[in-house]
Amino acid sequence: MTAPNPIAVTGAPLLRVEHLTMRFGGLVAVNDVSFTALNREITAIIGPNGAGKTTLFNCLTGFYSPTVGRLTLRHPDGREFLLERMPGYVISQKAAVARTFQNIRLFSGMSILENLLVAQHNKLQRASAWSIAGLLGLPGYRRAEKEAIDLASYWLDRVKLLEYADWQAGNLPYGAQRRLEIARAMCTEPVLLCLDEPAAGLNPRESAELSELLRFIRDEHKIGVLLIEHDMSVVMTISDHVVVLDYGRKIADGTPEVVKNDPAVIRAYLGEEEDEELPEIVARDLGVDGSEGHRTGEGT
Amino acid sequence: MTALPLSRSRGIQWSAVLREAGLTAFVAFLLTVPLVGLRTVDRPTGLTIDARFDEVLVAVFLVFIGRLGLGLIREGQALLVLVLALLATGVGIVAPLPTQVLEVILVGGGLVIAIRATVTLVTNRSTLSQAERDKRMDVVAAKVQHASRWLAPIGIGFALIFPFLPFADRHLIDIGILLLTYIMLGWGLNIVVGLAGLLDLGYVAFYAVGAYSYALLATIFGWSFWVCLPLAGLFAALSGVLLGFPVLRLRGDYFAIVTLGFGEIIRIVLLNWYEFTGGPNGIIGIPRPTFFGIADFTRTPTDGMPAFHELFGLPFSSLQRIIFLYYVILVLALIVNVFTLRVRKLPLGRAWEALREDDIASASLGINRTNAKLAAFAIAAMFGGFAGSFFATRQGFISPESFTFIESAIILAIVVLGGMGSQLGVVIATFLVIGLPEVFRELEQYRMLAFGAGMVLIMLWRPRGLLAHRDPTVTLGGARKAPSGPGSAAAGGVS
Repeated sequence: MTAPNPIAVTGAPLLRVEHLTMRFGGLVAVNDVSFTALNREITAIIGPNGAGKTTLFNCLTGFYSPTVGRLTLRHPDGREFLLERMPGYVISQKAAVARTFQNIRLFSGMSILENLLVAQHNKLQRASAWSIAGLLGLPGYRRAEKEAIDLASYWLDRVKLLEYADWQAGNLPYGAQRRLEIARAMCTEPVLLCLDEPAAGLNPRESAELSELLRFIRDEHKIGVLLIEHDMSVVMTISDHVVVLDYGRKIADGTPEVVKNDPAVIRAYLGEEEDEELPEIVARDLGVDGSEGHRTGEGT
Repeated sequence: MTALPLSRSRGIQWSAVLREAGLTAFVAFLLTVPLVGLRTVDRPTGLTIDARFDEVLVAVFLVFIGRLGLGLIREGQALLVLVLALLATGVGIVAPLPTQVLEVILVGGGLVIAIRATVTLVTNRSTLSQAERDKRMDVVAAKVQHASRWLAPIGIGFALIFPFLPFADRHLIDIGILLLTYIMLGWGLNIVVGLAGLLDLGYVAFYAVGAYSYALLATIFGWSFWVCLPLAGLFAALSGVLLGFPVLRLRGDYFAIVTLGFGEIIRIVLLNWYEFTGGPNGIIGIPRPTFFGIADFTRTPTDGMPAFHELFGLPFSSLQRIIFLYYVILVLALIVNVFTLRVRKLPLGRAWEALREDDIASASLGINRTNAKLAAFAIAAMFGGFAGSFFATRQGFISPESFTFIESAIILAIVVLGGMGSQLGVVIATFLVIGLPEVFRELEQYRMLAFGAGMVLIMLWRPRGLLAHRDPTVTLGGARKAPSGPGSAAAGGVS
């Protein structure tokens, strides 16, 4: 779909996941997964339910500390962070990794604008001198707050929610909440944006708008995007690179075209079936239907 | 039990209404037999039990009639019920009844049902759904909240001139001091419970730490109140951090239980560390505050300080110190209020509210949860400590008796009743919880009864507190008007 990004190809990868393993007692949720994600690229992680995608995200963003493995994040300016050693909030604060959640987690009692200001907490907290300058109402803090509101307005405009800025976040319709969560993550000014099923529950038009937004984030803000998604129409059109997980293992890795035709992926999504027309069916399934869990073999 | 009628077009469902009333009467019967029907009497021969079945009968009958009235209101017969209820009230006043309680029930119940029927007649309220009612209540709360813009200056102005009003005697000023102490504690706890969403059941511990800090520093070292006040706040804040470190990783109920335990630990330590705290005897002879170290409020000061009344050329009056104490607590309380109002608009305050809403999302946005919660805990504890040292200097005597769990519960009740996070709500709730019992001292034995009834009513009508309405801390000018309540967004047609 998109031509390989020359800058990304030449530079070191933004994120390097090496031998990541996450065990919960006897259950191995993620098993020796290694892949890289490049800057200015959208890397999609797909796989059937229970493949370990969200666990991988939770390891990346510090909610779990992985059993084995190394997660290296390399900023464009050359600084490197070992994410597996950092507690959750530091990953966002210092390593600049932002995420959204599969089940939307907004501050639903607060206004939309406030949601975006909370996302800029650390910047504002420094500007308010840990509340002291803020309590005194010093001009430095007022300026910082105005800048924060400007940034929030920019992203609200981008996700078409500007005129609802003073609404309570919980009152927004579902699709708008999804967009707001992405805007909130972007307000932390990340180098890597991790989106956990951003298209879940969206109608086709909203999905198309989401694809547009993600392309915009990649191209204009020049950051890496990591995407868990079941909606194959989104994955196949916007991803530069797809990683496929099944039962916690990586079974394929490559461009959407390569992955689409990979026999292991076809097996994971459709089950074993000897049929010469299989690739076409798979292409249709991966491209249009996007549902998963056809492990027992699809008849049509 | 019985299905609510969906429309008023059908006739009265007598069977449903009667069944409901019958069931309620049956419950009333079960309750009144042991509570009203049996009465222990102390006779020379020993304790005997008298049966009072006629009273039970009347009570059950009244409950039946009352429930029937409510059912008929719902069925659209409000006018009829209004007339009957007023009639019952009249009978209750005129006719002789076996006991006074029944007279109260008849008159009070009749009036309540009459009011209920009138409200229904005027507003058609009973036909509204619960969501619509909540929305209306929220609109009222929002109006009150917005009115606090001019209500607050009036209130503060009144509080400032209150001690000099002609009717303000010593008793009323004392009540004022008591109210302000609880308002300050309520505002302090509101930081933890209302903003940060941490249910702290042991707030009184910090109050105790502040009180004992001042009492011990003042009695052992002889330091003045104005030196000890910040120290007491500091000690309380330190104890808050000390408790916070291990506890803040807990969530919800577990957190509440541990804070409850901490409150009791402090009290029991104070009770048993006899050599240091005086144990159950408490600490006596705590010095009274001076006029900022300049003048003393006694008639003839002993330690070379000039007397307040001589310094200002006033006649001596013991009221002067009371009025001074009143202003001290007023200023302290207002400091807490100003702090909370300002901090809500700062990143720290927003982080607290974000933690209350969703702490996982907060962490994903780079908020250090432990630090933010510790800050909330320490700041609230500090304000509790200030209030505590004020309490010690006002009383002149403290003992562990004053710092029991019921104090924590009352402060928490004030915060929850007022509406979590609402500053004005705390004031109103303090007047209800502390002020009313003080005014109606004669009815003290019914205090807990009224307290419980009030809590039940709040749970039914305003589960989120009296003034549970939150205004955004920052707004974007020129944006579309925010909807007034939940559910209206769907009509907004976003996206």
